Amino acid sequence: MRTIIYLFIGILFGITMFKSEAASWFRIYEMFKFESFHMYGIIGSALFVGVIIVQSIKRFNIKSFYGDEIRFFPKNKSFSRYMFGGIIFGLGWALAGACPGPMFTLIGAGFVPILIVIIASVLGTFLYGLLRDKLPH
Amino acid sequence: MNWIYEPWPWYISGPMIAFIMFLLIMVGKNFGMSSNLRTMCTICGAGNKADFFKFDWKAQKWNLVVVLGAIIGGFIASNLMSIDTAVAINPDTVTDLNTLGFNSAGKAYLPSELFNTEAILDIKNILILAIGGLLVGFGARYAGGCTSGHAISGLSDLQIPSLIAVIGFFIGGLIMIHFLFPLIF
Repeated sequence: MRTIIYLFIGILFGITMFKSEAASWFRIYEMFKFESFHMYGIIGSALFVGVIIVQSIKRFNIKSFYGDEIRFFPKNKSFSRYMFGGIIFGLGWALAGACPGPMFTLIGAGFVPILIVIIASVLGTFLYGLLRDKLPH
Repeated sequence: MNWIYEPWPWYISGPMIAFIMFLLIMVGKNFGMSSNLRTMCTICGAGNKADFFKFDWKAQKWNLVVVLGAIIGGFIASNLMSIDTAVAINPDTVTDLNTLGFNSAGKAYLPSELFNTEAILDIKNILILAIGGLLVGFGARYAGGCTSGHAISGLSDLQIPSLIAVIGFFIGGLIMIHFLFPLIF
């Protein structure tokens, strides 16, 4: 039953990524060119609603659908890993025009070459795992 | 019923993303896509090479199901909910992309120069897609999250580390588009 729920949420996510055009390489390029409000509107309105949701859950101690306590885990304090990791991610995001959610949506939409991006991003993750101890965090 | 075939405006798309995060939180999970890439490494046996991949991947199976859903969602949206998938980007952006050699700008969902099936026969295109993917995978794990984990989940939780990461995303993206694209294309 729970698997069906995760599948349903994923389908909703995939449809949203495609129909919002957030999965379009062109929209990412246009965003970094500051030539459209579209992507900023998406991220901004998602955050506006998202902040209200998360802060309400915390303030009113809202329980999950199954009655469990909802816990948020604060991220470890650091600067370098977020800044350097972020810049590396941004370089790839702009070049491939896809981030780790939309790249899967694009398989479903029938774009075969996106498989190269996916395989490479799994390899990139693997590379990070190998080099992790040598990187500033 | 024609509206169903139209692209969604930002004010529908953004709140929908927040709603998806809400659903995941309410079923006791979290919204973060790039951790699936780590899970995939572990399934492929990466735990033998680095401790980072030694974890019980079955605990992340739910997120792989979300990925499967995202694939199905992409199929449904492109085949059943769209007639014309051309993305109406700014005409200035189109002119710009035409100069870089992307003649499909404004006429397609993705640049056909990079994402048509024939495009994978070109070594330069393969390299572009592979390097892009490599950077995305490496950077997302180094930063501890991607657009979903940091820009949406982390910022909604008012996390300063996520703000640093998102600033990093933009610095990287701006460097790529404004300084590296003219050299690559």
